Amino acid sequence: MNSPLITLNNVSKRYRQLDALTSVSMSLNQGEVLGLFGHNGAGKTTMMKLILGVISPSQGEVIVMGGAPDSKEAWHLREKIGYLPENVSFYEQLTGLEVLTYFTKLKGFSGKDAKKYAISLLEQVGVAHAMKRQVKTYSKGMRQRLGLAQAFIGKPKLLLLDEPTVGLDPIATADFYKTVDQLKIQGTSVILCSHVLPGVEQHIDRALILSSGKVLAMGTLVELRNKANLPVAIKPSGLNGAVLEDIKLNGFFCKNTNSLKVPENKKMTVLKQLLSYDNLADIEVETASLERLYQYYLNLDPSLDLNSDSNNRTQRSTLEEAGK
Amino acid sequence: MSQILTVANKEFQDGLRNRWLVSITIIFAILSIGLTYFGAAASGSVGITSLSTTVASLASLAVFLIPLIALLLSYDSFVGEQESGTLLLLLTYPLSKTQLLLGKFIGQGGIIALATLLGFGASAILLYFQLGDSAVIQTFALFIASAILLGLSFTAIAYLISLSVSEKSKAAGFALITWFLFALAFDLALLALLVGIENGLTQQGLMQLMMLNPADIFRLVNLAGLDSSDVNGVLAIAINASLSQGQLFSILIAWVVLPLTLATFIFRKKTL
Repeated sequence: MNSPLITLNNVSKRYRQLDALTSVSMSLNQGEVLGLFGHNGAGKTTMMKLILGVISPSQGEVIVMGGAPDSKEAWHLREKIGYLPENVSFYEQLTGLEVLTYFTKLKGFSGKDAKKYAISLLEQVGVAHAMKRQVKTYSKGMRQRLGLAQAFIGKPKLLLLDEPTVGLDPIATADFYKTVDQLKIQGTSVILCSHVLPGVEQHIDRALILSSGKVLAMGTLVELRNKANLPVAIKPSGLNGAVLEDIKLNGFFCKNTNSLKVPENKKMTVLKQLLSYDNLADIEVETASLERLYQYYLNLDPSLDLNSDSNNRTQRSTLEEAGK
Repeated sequence: MSQILTVANKEFQDGLRNRWLVSITIIFAILSIGLTYFGAAASGSVGITSLSTTVASLASLAVFLIPLIALLLSYDSFVGEQESGTLLLLLTYPLSKTQLLLGKFIGQGGIIALATLLGFGASAILLYFQLGDSAVIQTFALFIASAILLGLSFTAIAYLISLSVSEKSKAAGFALITWFLFALAFDLALLALLVGIENGLTQQGLMQLMMLNPADIFRLVNLAGLDSSDVNGVLAIAINASLSQGQLFSILIAWVVLPLTLATFIFRKKTL
């Protein structure tokens, strides 16, 4: 229970000339949801493949549920792992039910049980109405749901989901996150890989940001926010330029967005000061979103920086230490 | 074992669904029944011809068709699933690469074997009722068994191709080349060696070279016992130095097992 479900120790993976991952260390506990973020080719899929045991690390060690996932002994553990690959197109000529029954059987269910179970899973993801139709007639969203049903087979202890919400409409996305939350309560650990950043933050416990095969940052969103020290955007209305005259406030004012950019630790002081104005009509407070955090750590948006450059560097390196 | 059967069952069902079984069976049945009746048309008579003429004509047609059909059926087995992403997914299941390969082989091999049995079996039954000779059953049993092995051998070769390339279209190209080399070019090369170089090739040497081609072994198995008047070309020479049927069958079986083993080896080394 106390030992982590997944541990990566200084793992590197090299494909001929390409360094797909360079000394990555991380761990994932039971019932934890980890968001894995990074640009295309950052090494997210490689990391998932390593955890799945489909490929072996060039260096370092991967431990999943107490063993190396690429060893023969780990095969029975695969019944407890669910995976949704990116861009999978299932056997087009088969019906949804046939596809899912096939995968259910391969997970170790027998004959009739497999079919019954497959139907219940299709009901869960909401494609039961189309289960007798060939997959080639499915929309992108339906295919994605079928893929999710496939990943949920056998109540996995560990779920690896590569772009799970691509092609899903907002309602289906909400349904999907509800399912993730439920699984989490049941003790399933989830690694969620996504490009769609808004909406993910409420559902992940920790985030890991990869870039070019290296871990840029890892931690809870609160930790990442604190370490990035990104400003909170405060937008008061009804003050009519009083902000510019206030010495306590005008240092934070940003003309472009017509709002105040305040460091996290000064937030309350500024808010109190703003509240002291009688003509304050409304106030909007926006903490750094996952998107801005992501951009910050990828160093793509230096304008968000409040700190000097050198300060920034040391912070990042301590973060990486913290990640290990 | 249950994993292998699950895969085999799925592949067999695919073969049924895609009408492979029906089409191959019909092709073989029409071919064999047609040849049984009209095989002697060239010599001026229509009707049931002699057993040896029938088998000789069947064998020389089957030797082109069976490899082509087997390659067509199986060339995209792995590369197709790799392109669609299901191969990667399957490998995250509690299913070993060997199990997946054997499952596919049993399923697709089953389609070929059943189609061969039904298609050629039809004309065996027809001939048996017309001639009333039990030699028919014996000869056809040999013919069908070797035809099945030939089909399985090219299924295994198709897997080799499917596992060695990364694109479906490339696999199709290689399958076509493979068919051309084994079914046509190989014999032409042998003939060229025989005719072009005086005393370049002994009868023994020719036999040994023919063992390098499963299609030629198939020919030898079926033509060795027939009247030499029905056989011509390189074979007529080779037959005189023939190995026993048992030996030929063993080599044909080796042509199934070896490519399959090699395919398993390549699959294990393959990274996705």
